[in-house]
Amino acid sequence: MTTAHPSLSPEEIERLKAPARRENIYRILSFFSPLLLLLIWEVAAQAALIDRRFFPPPSAIAGTAWQMIVSLELFEHIGATLRRVAVGYAMGAIPGVLLGLILGLSTRIRRVLGPIFAALYPVPKIAILPLILLIFGVGDASKFVVIAIGVFFLMFYNTLGGVMQIPQIYLDVARNAGATKFQTFRRIALPSAMPSIFTGLKLAAGSSYIIIAAAEFLGARSGVGFFIWASWQTFAVSRMFVGIVVISVMGYLTILALEALERRFVPWAKH
Amino acid sequence: MNLPVSEIGRNSVPVDAAPAIEVQNLVKAFYDVAGDRITLATTDVNFTVRRGEFVCIVGPSGCGKTTVLRILAGLEQLLSGHVRIDSTTPPAMVFQEASVLPWLTVAQNVAFPLSLKGVPRQKQRERVSELLALTGLTDFADARPHQLSGGMKQRVSVARALVDDRDILLMDEPFGALDEQTRLTLQQELLRIWERTGKTVVFITHSVDEALTLADRVLVMSPRPGTIVADLAVPFGRPRDVVEMRRDKRFWDLTYEVWRLLATSPER
Repeated sequence: MTTAHPSLSPEEIERLKAPARRENIYRILSFFSPLLLLLIWEVAAQAALIDRRFFPPPSAIAGTAWQMIVSLELFEHIGATLRRVAVGYAMGAIPGVLLGLILGLSTRIRRVLGPIFAALYPVPKIAILPLILLIFGVGDASKFVVIAIGVFFLMFYNTLGGVMQIPQIYLDVARNAGATKFQTFRRIALPSAMPSIFTGLKLAAGSSYIIIAAAEFLGARSGVGFFIWASWQTFAVSRMFVGIVVISVMGYLTILALEALERRFVPWAKH
Repeated sequence: MNLPVSEIGRNSVPVDAAPAIEVQNLVKAFYDVAGDRITLATTDVNFTVRRGEFVCIVGPSGCGKTTVLRILAGLEQLLSGHVRIDSTTPPAMVFQEASVLPWLTVAQNVAFPLSLKGVPRQKQRERVSELLALTGLTDFADARPHQLSGGMKQRVSVARALVDDRDILLMDEPFGALDEQTRLTLQQELLRIWERTGKTVVFITHSVDEALTLADRVLVMSPRPGTIVADLAVPFGRPRDVVEMRRDKRFWDLTYEVWRLLATSPER
């Protein structure tokens, strides 16, 4: 591990490296601190310092989770939720990005259509869920639609913001190079807005899971949200916790995946 | 990197040919809606640029010199007057700040105008490597703009403006943000490139020194609203050595002359 350098003494090299080494220690600690919380929870539950009916020990929750994994029950619910989120997400994100780019580039279209989106945006997505269930029924279609609506607005506003922040000079470069409208759209606006689009994708992923959980509470026969709700009805608290952990992990992994995509597709932005 | 002087191909066009650029009574104003205020940017600007000529426009900041150039580039509309550009190709522009697109590599940035026109890939590659060599960027072909120094970025801008071989090159203080050594190096290289390509160049600067170093003719602009107050011929021959010419007394006489014009031109 020791690096040699012709004009520095070993002591000097040690001193030079000390801050980086300290940084490493903190990185390791930051990884273990959530585990410490679980440990405290376990001990407190075992010692009956907290009410086990509401907070079963993590070991009991893990046991329940294991049974559900072995019986494959858990995967059915994960699969149902994942499918709904994926379809709804795509249905919302694609038109959101396209409309964001169009309204961002065209002042005229933005002036005319902008107020429509501004008026619809503040409507809470959960508040219109009953209406959507009424229109699209209790099947998957209503789940797709409610997620798509939530995702659409986040993608639309993030893309719009990204396009409107394009430095004028990039547009001038395109014009001087003889770009058509479509080329400006595709070669300048889209890549310029990419960092904002990814911010939107990450926000939208988080809110998709919030929306799907609520949607599955109300009208579903499968999915992690349904499973949490069903566990509440039978007072199966351990199962409820399994559901909560599973949906949190799903959201977390989705965002990790998006961050990996971001590093791949937006290598010029600061991460 | 220095090419033999014998390759110089300029002045092949007769002097009496129609001017490449002709500007007559150009007026440009801006209207600020919020303050209901009209700002006159330039007034009664007149000049011509011959084919193959290198002209610098020098003036204080805010005098409207960039506006004139943007009008020549078609990036802005004039209010009244006439601009005639005698060329089969629209003018290419080298911008003031870093205008290099951050999501493209150096080679992709240089190729940008060609790729918009749908030039075949193989042709693009050949032309781009020519220009990378010309601008000393060959080793940086695959670099991303954020890895480049300011001087390197401006080399990319110059290469991009030259890539589709347009007749007229408009340069808007391209070296304004660079340190003095880098600036001098790039000036020397620009002269070398220009002497080889024989383009018509209009170069905007606020630096008297830079204008005299580069130009055949220097147009001096007044403070806003800008107009041309002097049209001075620069007596140095070509090719020029940007360092050597500073030993010439005429360089300093002209410097004095331009400064006097800038200092005494009326603030309107």
